[in-house]
Amino acid sequence: MIWDWDYAWEVFPKIVGDGLRTAVVATVLGSLVAYTLGLVLALLRRSPIRVVSGITWAFIEFIRSTPLLVQIFFLFFVLPDIGLTLDPMTTGVIALGLHYATYTAEVYRAGIEAVPPGQWEAATALNLPRRRTWTAVILPQAVPRVLPALGNYTISMLKETPLLLMIGVLEIAGVARQVGSRAFRYVEPVTIAGVLFLVLSLAASLLVRWLERRVRYRN
Amino acid sequence: MIRFDDVVKRFGDVVVLDELNFSVAPGEFVTLIGPSGSGKTTILRLLMTLEKVTSGQIFVDGECLSHMQRGSRLVPADEKYQRKVRQRIGMVFQQFNLFPNMKVLQNLTEAPIRSLGLSRAEAEERALELLELVGLTEKVNAHPSQLSGGQQQRVAIARALAMRPDMLLLDEVTSALDPELVAGVLALLKDIASSTDITFLCVTHEMNFARDVSDRVLMFDHGQIVEDAVPDKLFSEPDHERTRTFLRAVLERG
Amino acid sequence: MFDNIGLFVETISKGLLLTVEATLGGIVIATILSFVFGLAMLSRLRLVRAIARIYVEFWRGTSEVVQLLWIYFALPVLIGYQIMPLVAGIVVLGLNFGAYGAEIVRGAVQSVPKAQYEGCIALNLTPAQRMRRVILPQSLVEMVPPFNNLFIQLLKGSALLTMITVHEMTYQAREVLITRHVSQAATIWTIVLLFYLVLAILITFGMRLLELWAGRLVGRKPPQRGLLSALRSRRGRAAAITDAAVAGIGHTSDRSGGDR
Repeated sequence: MIWDWDYAWEVFPKIVGDGLRTAVVATVLGSLVAYTLGLVLALLRRSPIRVVSGITWAFIEFIRSTPLLVQIFFLFFVLPDIGLTLDPMTTGVIALGLHYATYTAEVYRAGIEAVPPGQWEAATALNLPRRRTWTAVILPQAVPRVLPALGNYTISMLKETPLLLMIGVLEIAGVARQVGSRAFRYVEPVTIAGVLFLVLSLAASLLVRWLERRVRYRN
Repeated sequence: MIRFDDVVKRFGDVVVLDELNFSVAPGEFVTLIGPSGSGKTTILRLLMTLEKVTSGQIFVDGECLSHMQRGSRLVPADEKYQRKVRQRIGMVFQQFNLFPNMKVLQNLTEAPIRSLGLSRAEAEERALELLELVGLTEKVNAHPSQLSGGQQQRVAIARALAMRPDMLLLDEVTSALDPELVAGVLALLKDIASSTDITFLCVTHEMNFARDVSDRVLMFDHGQIVEDAVPDKLFSEPDHERTRTFLRAVLERG
Repeated sequence: MFDNIGLFVETISKGLLLTVEATLGGIVIATILSFVFGLAMLSRLRLVRAIARIYVEFWRGTSEVVQLLWIYFALPVLIGYQIMPLVAGIVVLGLNFGAYGAEIVRGAVQSVPKAQYEGCIALNLTPAQRMRRVILPQSLVEMVPPFNNLFIQLLKGSALLTMITVHEMTYQAREVLITRHVSQAATIWTIVLLFYLVLAILITFGMRLLELWAGRLVGRKPPQRGLLSALRSRRGRAAAITDAAVAGIGHTSDRSGGDR
C-alpha cells in the first residue's frame, strides 16, 4: 500500500491543527522582529559615523552569509550561558527575526534610496528637522513601496520555520516527522506537510502580488 | 519594390496607420517626414516584421509580408517565410542596437555567416571593406561600448550593408547622436545612396538632408499621407497647409 | 575557554569536505536546472512553459526541510531502498535552488533590451541563433550577482543536511561536539559560523571572477576597485533580480517604444 487514506485522515488534523498554528505564530512574530530590526539596521547602515555604519555592514554580511540553522543553535545554547533562559519558541522567533532583519534592512535601504533626491532637498529648503524629514517625508514614501518585498521575505520565513524542530519547536514539518516516527510511516504525514506548505506559500504569493499591484497603482 | 495596400495599424484603440496606400520604386530614396507619433517609424517596423499589420497588406517585390500562399489559400506567414522576405531588407536603428557582447568585427560578420551562409573569410573580407567605407578600420577589434555614438551608428550602417540588402530602412538614425556627429553620419549615408542602387526608406527630422538626397518626400500626419512630392516642390511650395505649418515649426526650431 | 579550540576546529574540519561536496554538487545541479527551466519558461510552447512553471512553483513552495524529510523518510518506502544521505541532500539542494535559479535566468534574459531582439530580426538571425549568440551572452553578466546570492543561500541550505544525518559541519558541531562540551557552546558555534563565512566569501570571490569574465564578454571595463570590494558589490541590481526570483514576480523589463 503506497498511500493509506485512513492513516492520512488520522494524522491530518494534528498537522494542520498544532503544526499550522505554531508555524503561523512563529512567522508572524518573526516577521514583526524582522521588519522592526531591519529598519533599525537600515538606518544604522546610513549613519554618518563610519564606525557605526561599518559595524552594521559587517553584522549584516555575517548574518546573511551563515546558516540560519547554526544561528538558531547558537542562540539556543549560548543565551542560557549569559543568563537568558528563554523558551525554545522565543529563541526561534528571535533567530528568525534577526536573520531576516539583515534581508529586510537591504529592502529598506533600496526603498530609501528610491526616494528622489529632490525630496531631501525640498525638506532641507523648508528647514525641516532631520528627524521630521525622516518621519514625515522619506519613510512615508519609502515604506509602502517596499511592502511587497517585505511580504516575500515573510513567505521565505514561513518555509524556514521547520528549522525550529531542531530545538524542539514542532510546526508543520516537525509535527509530521513526530507523527511519522511514532507509526514508522512517513509518506502520508510528510506529503501532507509538503502540500500544506505549497498551498500556504502559493496563497501568500497571490497576496503579495495583489499588494504589489496596489502599491504600483498608488505610485 | 514596396507597396502598402490599405494598411491599418492599431495599438489598442490608437489608430497609428489609417488605410495607408503608397509605393516605392526600386532604387528610389524616399523620406518620410511629419510630427512625432504620426506613424512614420511604424511603417519601417512593419516592413522589418517587428510589428504586424492590423489589416491590409504590404508587398515587397510583389511578395506579401504578412501572408503566404499555401495551396490556393493565403495563410499567416511563418518564421521561415518571413526570414526569406526579410533577407532583402536591412535596417538601421535610432539607438544603433549593436550587440554589446561582440566586437565590431563580429557584429559585422555574425549575420552574414549565420544567415547568408558566407564563409568566415568572405564575411571578414567584406566586413573590412565596409569598415573602410565608414572610416572605422582601426576600430575593428573594439567593443561597441568603447565607441562614440557616431562611430556606433557607422558600425550599425556597415552591419546593415553587410547583409547586402536591396532595401535599407533608416529609422531616425541621427536622433540619438550629439549634434556635431550628425553631419558625418549623414554624409556617409548620402555617399552610400549615390553610389549604390539600394532602395532607401528613411524617417528623419533632418530636413536639409531629406531635401538633399531624396527622390521623393512623403509628409505624414495622423497615420495618413498628407502630401507626396519631390523635395524641391514639397519644401518650397507645399500644397497643404499642414505641411507648411509643420515645416515652419521644424525650421524655426533650427 | 580556549582550551579545546584545536579539537573543535579539527572536528568541524572533518565535516568541511561534506559541506563543500554538498554545496558544489548542489550548485552544479541547480545551475543546469536553472538554465533548462529558466529558458523553458520563455518557450513559445504553452505546454513547455506550464511544465517549467509547475517545477518552479513546486520546489519553491514546499519547504526545503519537508523536501529533505520526504526524500529521506518517505521516498525509500515507495521505491524500496534507502538513498545515500549525501546524494539525497545534493539532489534536494539542486532541485530546490534550481527553481529559484530558473527565475534568475528568466529575469536576466528578459532584461536584455527589446532593441537587441529587433537588431537580430533586422539581421535575419533565427530564434535559436538569436538566443545563443546574442541574448544569452548579454544576460550572463546580469545573472552572476543574483546567482552569487543564490549559491550562498545554497551553502547555508546545506546545513540542513544535518537532519538527514549527513556528517557535515553543523552535524559535527551539534552531534559530536555539543554533546560533550556543552559548556563551550559559544566557542563551538562561533567556529562553525566562521567556517561558513569563509566559504561564503570564497563563493563570492569565485563569482566575482566570473562576473569580470562575463563583463568582458559585453565589453564592460572591470571596475576600478579590486576583488576586496566583492562583498559590497553583491547588492543593488542583483537584489532586484533575486527578490523577483524569491517572489516569483515577473521581472518587468524596459521595453521602450520610440516613435510610433
